[in-house]
Amino acid sequence: MADTLQFDLVSPERMLASMPAREVQIPGSEGDMTAMPDHMPVITTLRPGILRATGADGTQEFVVSGGFAEVTATSASVLAENAVPRSEVTPDFLEKLRKEAEEAHAQAAPEVQDHTAKALADLAHLADQMV
Amino acid sequence: MPSLKDLKNRIESVKSTRKITKAMQMVAAAKLRRAQEAAEASRPYTERFNAVMAGLSAGAKTSGQGPLLLTGTGSDQTHLLVVMTAERGLCGGFNSSIVRLARAKIAELLAAGKTVKILTVGKKGREQLKRDYADHFVDHVDLSEVKRIGYANAQDIAKQVLDRFDAGEFDVATIFFAAFKSVIAQEPTEVQIIPASFDTDDAGGAGFYDYEPGEQEILEVLLPRGVATAIFSGLLENGASEQGARMSAMDNATRNAGEMIDKLTIQFNRSRQAVITNELIEIISGAEAL
Repeated sequence: MADTLQFDLVSPERMLASMPAREVQIPGSEGDMTAMPDHMPVITTLRPGILRATGADGTQEFVVSGGFAEVTATSASVLAENAVPRSEVTPDFLEKLRKEAEEAHAQAAPEVQDHTAKALADLAHLADQMV
Repeated sequence: MPSLKDLKNRIESVKSTRKITKAMQMVAAAKLRRAQEAAEASRPYTERFNAVMAGLSAGAKTSGQGPLLLTGTGSDQTHLLVVMTAERGLCGGFNSSIVRLARAKIAELLAAGKTVKILTVGKKGREQLKRDYADHFVDHVDLSEVKRIGYANAQDIAKQVLDRFDAGEFDVATIFFAAFKSVIAQEPTEVQIIPASFDTDDAGGAGFYDYEPGEQEILEVLLPRGVATAIFSGLLENGASEQGARMSAMDNATRNAGEMIDKLTIQFNRSRQAVITNELIEIISGAEAL
């Protein structure tokens, strides 16, 4: 079996990464998961969090939110609405995400308020991790 | 017969027009390259997104139930047309061709007794549609302050569309834009975004994946994003098309100005020659009379 899988990270505006990786740690909405070669095919939505891809030349970290990941035995494609390399994350960016999440929470219908509240909590957790 | 001075002024003015059109052409060429890059950069996202959605929606459609965004409201009485055009003119038939397509659709829908609502993006389309369909307008999105189209712009438009859909204001939404084929060819296109239809041909087996959370939940989360994605790719195509259209329009204008200058210069030289000949005749006949 191959010891790497093809890792792609794309946002609507650009392709952030496309490289072979040994493992990819994905912040799924139902919990984190680590995709390794020969993983079972799965599609999961993302929660705001940190995505780590470990390849031949070390680990790369990205902050992602909104979107989904598609994992197969040979590839892991992450489609995120917002994605930035961790080193480029600014407090403004987090603040913007938080504002959007708060707005969404305020406007959300009662039956989805669980989701939006969870997104808010995830963001707060993410902000803690960043400092 | 215009005087020599008139001709000279005329040539000067055409020359400065040619300078302007030439400059606009070069600016458009530079912008076109950037717009094309942006359109290309977004393609991987759109393609994969649509492939996954195709798989998901194929599953949902066969089960006969799904979110309203996918299955529709069950009626097609009220249509929302999102007409996306440029903020500026001087780009050949770009804006008019999109508006023409939208007009044809509006006429067809009205003839069928449907209710039509129009949301315009970009000033030019609004101006052209206002004359006939002002009372169908529901809103207008102004992008004239936006230097570079970002995903956030598309999200704003999508949010507006979705809010109206949730409020039950329309049943079917269609976007109009010009698809970029090449610098000389832009094709006005209409795409229905609500209810969403995905090309299910290349759906790589819906049962193949495990879904986390369930298929229904994922669909509900992703469908609104699908609207934004469709609008975003429409905006980007439009951006590239606009610059392409402007580039070829300005190229034509520059060439026409060059032809005009040549013609005027010949006319100028002829009349100058005529004046000289005239003066000579006068001098010679004066000398002979003595």
